[in-house]
Amino acid sequence: MRIPVYGYILGAVTIMLTVPMMMTWEAPPMDTAQVGYRGTGMELISNPRLVAKNAAAVEIPEAQEPAEKSGDKASDVYENVPVLGDLDQAEFDRLMLAITEWVSPEEGCGYCHSDENLADDTKYTKIVARRMLQMTKTINNQWGEVHAQPTGVTCYTCHRGQPVPQNVWSTNPGLPEYGGIAASRMGQNLASKEVGTTSLPYDPFTELLGKDGKIRVAATTVLPEGTMTSSIQDTEKTYALMMHMSQSLGANCTFCHNSRNFADWSQSPATRVKAWHGIKMVNQINQTYIDPLASVFPDNRKGPEGDVLKVNCATCHAGANKPLYGANMLKDYVTELNAAKSQ
Amino acid sequence: MAMLSFERKYRVRGGTLLGGDMFDFWVGPFYVGLFGVTTVFFTFLGTALIIFAASQGPTWNIWQISIAPPDLSYGLAFAPLLKGGLWQIITICATGAFVSWALREVEICRKLGIGYHVPFAFSFAILAYVSLEIIRPLLLGAWGHAFPYGIMSHLDWVSNVGYQYLHFHYNPAHMIAVTLFFTTVLALALHGGLILSAANPGKGKTMRTPEYEDTFFRDTIGYSIGTLGIHRLGFFLAISAVFWSAVCIIISGPFWSRGWPEWWDWWLNLPIWI
Repeated sequence: MRIPVYGYILGAVTIMLTVPMMMTWEAPPMDTAQVGYRGTGMELISNPRLVAKNAAAVEIPEAQEPAEKSGDKASDVYENVPVLGDLDQAEFDRLMLAITEWVSPEEGCGYCHSDENLADDTKYTKIVARRMLQMTKTINNQWGEVHAQPTGVTCYTCHRGQPVPQNVWSTNPGLPEYGGIAASRMGQNLASKEVGTTSLPYDPFTELLGKDGKIRVAATTVLPEGTMTSSIQDTEKTYALMMHMSQSLGANCTFCHNSRNFADWSQSPATRVKAWHGIKMVNQINQTYIDPLASVFPDNRKGPEGDVLKVNCATCHAGANKPLYGANMLKDYVTELNAAKSQ
Repeated sequence: MAMLSFERKYRVRGGTLLGGDMFDFWVGPFYVGLFGVTTVFFTFLGTALIIFAASQGPTWNIWQISIAPPDLSYGLAFAPLLKGGLWQIITICATGAFVSWALREVEICRKLGIGYHVPFAFSFAILAYVSLEIIRPLLLGAWGHAFPYGIMSHLDWVSNVGYQYLHFHYNPAHMIAVTLFFTTVLALALHGGLILSAANPGKGKTMRTPEYEDTFFRDTIGYSIGTLGIHRLGFFLAISAVFWSAVCIIISGPFWSRGWPEWWDWWLNLPIWI
């Protein structure tokens, strides 16, 4: 049989499309879990080899040796310890060693403390660290039951051996573009990592995780009755935030929602309740603990718009639906990071 | 139904794949054959089971009746009848009926001495069903991954399975399939329009020949694919659309566990701009 020229061209195009595509695929068998009634497609599918590889990349530092109590309160021995003063002095020292390992292992104590006088507040990092300790306690106390338990939070959950956590955000003005009628990007179409490399709006965070913005965009009535004022841009912003959450948790939409009605709580898996509290928690962290530090941080620790680097879901989760794949580091620091006065 | 005078000429013996002369006859206008019998058997049994399964459910509302596959925990084993077992038997009946119908078409082709283009095309429709209900569940290891039999419930399934991959429009095979579906419709509309225009030049005027049809497209876009060519093109487009649809759902899960937007990272990492 004679094959016409266009047959060869068609064949070549098909092969050029198919072969590179196949090289990017994963392979069965996959792990699956059912999270709703059978036949509804409420399922989670994960690649156990990929999960194992990602989990192996996470290093969990060993806990410091338990401290033998000295019997003296830290505030009786040291000056200027308003947040951790109630701890036993030995526990206080142990926590300081742990924080150094978690946050500034290379820079050492001098990253926050003045060499001449450890009580001195001259370094901005010390002021920030003090506020972060209060924040950590608040997360473990106030948000423990509804979001942070059972894994709990230590400095390492976000910092992972780096003074600045890897996954943080600041208001993103996007790339420079022409103004007026030529400005066409509308805050999207840049395939941003923060929103799962989609073309959705690249900065859903400023509004939705920094200002308690309105995430709910689904209509509550069958016909438009003027009760919902969300624009298509609002909707895409919400979609972008949801992409970020999915990406950060290594999960998918059906982890928290039944897509036949995203907004309806009665059809949603219980995980959505935890996620809802997570959004509230992140807003509180950013507004109460991080934004007010704007005057403390130097310019090189701020984003292009001059706001402080803030927290989103990826800051703790980093791709796992339980941060650090559920490793509970808090159990070795319960008194230090959980009890005491939080504020 | 009476037979038309010229029909008898085409009613020839033989050409059967199975059953020899046993079912080699017509009932009214319909050829029977062994596969006609199996089609009827599977269709009636399957439909009866659907009605029975519906009677065991909570509603007779035609939109809300849903016969669901088993829980994932049953894996690839048989489930009790009311816990997905009925779905399993209905699936066997449906597949049996579809395949019987295709084979009956093959037998008719053999009787007439024509090519197998029609059963070949129809087999792609069967492939679409089989990839959703059998191939993908087999690759994922449980019948529970298949869609339920219900007008609304199977749409809910489609929606949720799409959202399992965050944004299904980023699925590359889905993109190709959607493009081919739209192109099929475009080709069909152009072809239908062209034939009707040549057949209806205006009251009292003579129908135009294919040369006029060819000339219309040569004048418009410089090329006419021709009278036979347009049917080859339509066949190719339609079958490719279904083929890529099957690919797009089979790769979602068994060959890709993450969101589809993330798959495009290879594009962002091309050495041209990295």
